Amino acid sequence: MLPQLSVYGKACDTPAIEHTPALEVEQVVFRYSGMPRPALEIDSLRVMPGERVALVGPNGAGKSTLIKLVAGLEKLQSGEIHVYGNPVLSCMHRVALVPQRSTVDWQFPVTVREVVMMGRYVHLGWGKRPRQEDRDAVDEAMKRMEISNLANRQVGELSGGQQQRVMLARTLAHDADLLLLDEPLNHVDVATQELVFHVLEDLCKKTKAVIVSTHDLGILPVHFSRALFLDRQVIADGPVEEVLTAQTIARAYGFEFHGGESLSKWLNG
Amino acid sequence: MVEWLIEPLGYSFIVRGLIAGILAGTACAVLSAFIVWRGMAFVGDAMAHAILPGIVLAFMAGISLFAGALVAAILTAVGIGLLSRRGGMKEDTAIGVMFTGFFALGILLLSKVTSYQDLTHILFGDILGVARGDLIAMLVIMLIVIVAVLFFYKELLVTSFDPGHSVAIGLSPELVRYGLLLLIALTVVAAIQVVGVVLVLALLVTPAAAASLLAKRLPQIIGLGMVFAVISTVVGFYASYYADVASGSAIVLTLTMIFLMAFVYQSIRKWMMRSQ
Repeated sequence: MLPQLSVYGKACDTPAIEHTPALEVEQVVFRYSGMPRPALEIDSLRVMPGERVALVGPNGAGKSTLIKLVAGLEKLQSGEIHVYGNPVLSCMHRVALVPQRSTVDWQFPVTVREVVMMGRYVHLGWGKRPRQEDRDAVDEAMKRMEISNLANRQVGELSGGQQQRVMLARTLAHDADLLLLDEPLNHVDVATQELVFHVLEDLCKKTKAVIVSTHDLGILPVHFSRALFLDRQVIADGPVEEVLTAQTIARAYGFEFHGGESLSKWLNG
Repeated sequence: MVEWLIEPLGYSFIVRGLIAGILAGTACAVLSAFIVWRGMAFVGDAMAHAILPGIVLAFMAGISLFAGALVAAILTAVGIGLLSRRGGMKEDTAIGVMFTGFFALGILLLSKVTSYQDLTHILFGDILGVARGDLIAMLVIMLIVIVAVLFFYKELLVTSFDPGHSVAIGLSPELVRYGLLLLIALTVVAAIQVVGVVLVLALLVTPAAAASLLAKRLPQIIGLGMVFAVISTVVGFYASYYADVASGSAIVLTLTMIFLMAFVYQSIRKWMMRSQ
């Protein structure tokens, strides 16, 4: 509890180390208490700045676990995780998380503007009120996600797509370098999905990196530069066009393809 | 009319009672919004019940009942915090088992040391028995609650709405929950004097429940809840003076009436919007 006390709101004094991966995972084994086998075992994984990585695999494959370990929602049990060259959790500013929808209390009475402002809290800390620069960042983020007209609405009144725009706007206001999105596309309309990816692609032109967990294999070739198939360990990892094969999908999801060795048409984009 | 309002205020113990009611009601109403929207009603009720043995032990030891309640309340807040940290059993089950046990212990101790009359004062409140020292303590508690909620408003907001994001930015939701439990504990101690152990839950829940029917934004819900709590304290107080009924129940019933009126108003408004 004490280290967390000291991290919240403290100015980040550990600058990104140049020419290091955005994310580096080494020898990580993670086991939920009471479970016989590890939920996740990763020998070595590197994500470079500018990469857009799709995290794919069946339920229970460890996609969320990996995201939680990087965001600090689960404690590292063994191995090491580095973010832009610094140990995980040493700099909360650098990692932003869009959690799964179900972990958020959408009925809680907050406005869109208040939620987007939560992205600035990491820069403020205990008891500090938002400054002008924070309000500007929030306005900018809402404009980018095309939700400025919803600013004073309650988040509970919005559609699933609008809510997801709010969450990404919060992440933009956070101004992190490594973005983690845990199944952000569930219950999202096509227009929002396009906007989300457009914004993510823009971010990755700079030095940022994005990791998105998804079940929607159809979007992989269009929106990602790399696919990482997980099933408690890395099954396949590489450029989407190389990795997205019938064999990989069958291995990751544990089933046999019935239509021969070729993917159905929708997967080839 | 003015005379009718002023008459009871000629007695200092009655003025003290009225002020006590307003102070406790305000503190409860401020926390009420968080208790309602975070779903902590059961925790608040358990807290009120678990404090009973503390009050009785203080009575037996001949020290201030207020101090006894305070110590018991803080211990209870820590207890609830610990119960919710460990996995396994569902939190509300663990709390239900533990704190009905404490309440039973309180009743048992009470039955050994006092007559039934004293029992009703603790269970249902004794607004006219508020001492000057208690009043100061209640004022301090109300100020602590208001200042804490103002100061930690954004931390309360983010841990309630999205605990995952909260952890990701290094802010422990458990720590904030502990703080909130302590504030509820303090407030319960203040409110027990006014409405008693059994009815405290009404002051913790109903103000924000009624306000949430009429307002959408959290600051509005808190503000409106405070207005409701103060109105029902004053109305209930006069009702109790002139109709000679128990003050705690008069206050709570007024609050319930306000809730019902808000409910009817909101239902009519919805119905009219639909038929337009």
